[in-house]
Amino acid sequence: MVFAAFWNKIKQGLSKTRQVFGRLASLFRLRGKVDKEFLAQLEETLYLADVGPAATKQIVERVRQAFLDREITEDVLGFVKKELVSLLNHSDRSLHFNPHGPTVILVAGVNGSGKTTSIAKLAYWLQQQGKKVLLAAADTFRAAAVEQLTVWSQRLGCDIVKGEHGSDPGAVAHNACEAAVARGKDVVIVDTAGRLQTQEHLMRQLEKIRRVLARQIAGAPHEVLLVLDATNGQNAIQQAEVFTKAIQCTGIILAKLDGTAKGGAIIPIRQKVGLPVKFVGLGEKLEDLAVFDPQAYVDALFAD
Amino acid sequence: MFQTLQKALGAALQKLTSRGRLTESNIREGLEEVRRALLEADVNYHVVQGFIERVAQKAIGQQVIRSINPSHQIVKIVYDELVQLMGPVDHRIPFAKDRPTVIMLCGLQGSGKTTTAAKLALMLKQQYQRKPLLVAADLQRPAAVEQLVQLGQQIGVPVYREDNGKPLTVCQNAVAYARKHGYDTVILDTAGRLHIAEMPMEELREIDRAVKPDQVYLVCDALTGQDAAGSAKAFHEVLELNGVILTKLDGDARGGAALSIKEVTQVPIKWVGLGEKIEPLEPFYPERMARRILGQGDLILLVQMVARAQEELDQQRLRELQEKAARGDFTLEDFRAQLTQLERLGIRKIVGALPGMEEMLQELGEDPEQALRRIRGMIDSMTPQERRHPEIIDLSRRRRIAQGSGTEPHEVKKFLDQFEFMRGLMRQVSQMSLWERIKLLMGLTNLAASNPQALQKPKVGTGHRKSAKERAKERKKKRRRRG
Repeated sequence: MVFAAFWNKIKQGLSKTRQVFGRLASLFRLRGKVDKEFLAQLEETLYLADVGPAATKQIVERVRQAFLDREITEDVLGFVKKELVSLLNHSDRSLHFNPHGPTVILVAGVNGSGKTTSIAKLAYWLQQQGKKVLLAAADTFRAAAVEQLTVWSQRLGCDIVKGEHGSDPGAVAHNACEAAVARGKDVVIVDTAGRLQTQEHLMRQLEKIRRVLARQIAGAPHEVLLVLDATNGQNAIQQAEVFTKAIQCTGIILAKLDGTAKGGAIIPIRQKVGLPVKFVGLGEKLEDLAVFDPQAYVDALFAD
Repeated sequence: MFQTLQKALGAALQKLTSRGRLTESNIREGLEEVRRALLEADVNYHVVQGFIERVAQKAIGQQVIRSINPSHQIVKIVYDELVQLMGPVDHRIPFAKDRPTVIMLCGLQGSGKTTTAAKLALMLKQQYQRKPLLVAADLQRPAAVEQLVQLGQQIGVPVYREDNGKPLTVCQNAVAYARKHGYDTVILDTAGRLHIAEMPMEELREIDRAVKPDQVYLVCDALTGQDAAGSAKAFHEVLELNGVILTKLDGDARGGAALSIKEVTQVPIKWVGLGEKIEPLEPFYPERMARRILGQGDLILLVQMVARAQEELDQQRLRELQEKAARGDFTLEDFRAQLTQLERLGIRKIVGALPGMEEMLQELGEDPEQALRRIRGMIDSMTPQERRHPEIIDLSRRRRIAQGSGTEPHEVKKFLDQFEFMRGLMRQVSQMSLWERIKLLMGLTNLAASNPQALQKPKVGTGHRKSAKERAKERKKKRRRRG
């Protein structure tokens, strides 16, 4: 079900992209040899998906070496897709749960990447699996961020722990853990303020939140999810690098994949940082979150 | 990044001797590096292709400046082209005199509209001495209204809100409210939406039609990648944007989106947002953005250095040419060099700068640009011997030249006659007056070398936004003209 919806949404977006540009690689309709033109089109497709220079060059080079001057058949498409799927395939794409007590999920990302909405959707997803969720509104910085998460908690019918605007986010994290243990919750999701990875003091603050969580519950945070905006370009790589260095991210939520952007930066991120994508965001509604499916994602990159 | 680009360019161009000329083959590798740098900076793939083509056109044929590294010369060309593409920017806002000016902000989710609305209000209040009213028209995102109210309190700007209602009626009522209570500028903070979502885009169109905002600005995230071009274009098609505000520039994103958006929509980036703290927006400067896209570093020093070296070279060569002209041994080779050199100034200025030139072009009976292209073609089709001694060109040589340049033999003859006439004229012109001409010309060259925008006129908004009907009419007209 979700798989089909995922596929369709991405495809929808893709056809719109084509309307905007008037042309997009009809890559694998080509007949003939794997020649310069074919490779140029492959390159174009990858670049337009934000895969970026280094990874694009590498993929194109591998195809060139494997197929140069051979007839183009489904093989090439299969080859390219297989390469990408195996790259994105990560044995560790599921969520880790704490077997002894509440599971703590720390969520971070740059401003406007879609953290709060993603958290609401993730909470809903967990609720569907029968988990009792508690939200921690540790974005005490942005105006009305706490109110925003509160509205979601009401819609979800789940508990929320908040702090005063401008208060210490570490304290909110601390209180949330205590409340989760006391109330017997299964999962705590900690929302944090958006920050650019270049703001060092804010990155240190994030490290502190992580430390607070680790002190409260054994093995916490059990998941550290980075919310990436699929419309972002190559800066996403820096985001993944710096956030992972600071708080040891365990996975990515790729948000806003329902538009025309493909979020291809997850490919170089996988190569350089090793971070797997765990979920994709496909809209503003609670049910618009899907488990990441590398095959469906790669198919959508090359769909025509 | 910049250092990488510089190094790569340096390696690619090492083979160039100091006396060489930039040619298609010897700059190819260098341009490949530029291309990669632009893609790394998230400039849209299609925009990059076109850009590289233009840079190549400009670079080919340029004399390598002896005193500097040829790679620097290419960086300078790239930089100039970037600045020219993204500029010039007019930071004025045309305000209505007899009613509140309405400014509408739109954009994708998470691009920073609400924060930008507050920053814009603060800028208008502090720097434009306006009395702004913020309007919370984002009824989609939970607590977006609350967020704007809190930001309004921080900066002392009132926020118009309605708790029940549709975005359209909120906007309409807000404008009436502003009129009644003496607010002179209304800022509409609309909900973030996807450019491909039909209903939400239709809602924007309805607000545009009913409220008729004086200015519509797209708020765009500087972190955006390839998608920037397409989404900006889609918003522009629905709304006719007046400007773009680029946000989150305080990070380390290279911001290639700026170039993509300008190239695809022709709408200027007007301001930039730096950080979540509510401070006034800052003006957008194409020079700074060009430096950012190419990577930081001491680029501006380099650019100045190249400009200076180019200037010296120009001066020296003009002096040489002037001496030659006085002696009367001005050849077609010199003439061609002169054309290449002066091309930067625009064709019409060349016409004024060379005695006899105007007559020559008139004789060819075409518009000057085309005529010059044909002349250049003719000279390119000659042997070096012929260029130095045009008098040896007989009928058969004339035929060959005509064939090589896609012209007629009689045109070649006419051109050569004109050239002979011009050469005579140059001989006659006294050294002093020619020097005067050159000095005048050099003034212009300097201007163009140090400031590529100097010869460009900024586009100034009239404050009049066309209605959907007028736009439709214009499109029709355009289509008819094309078809």
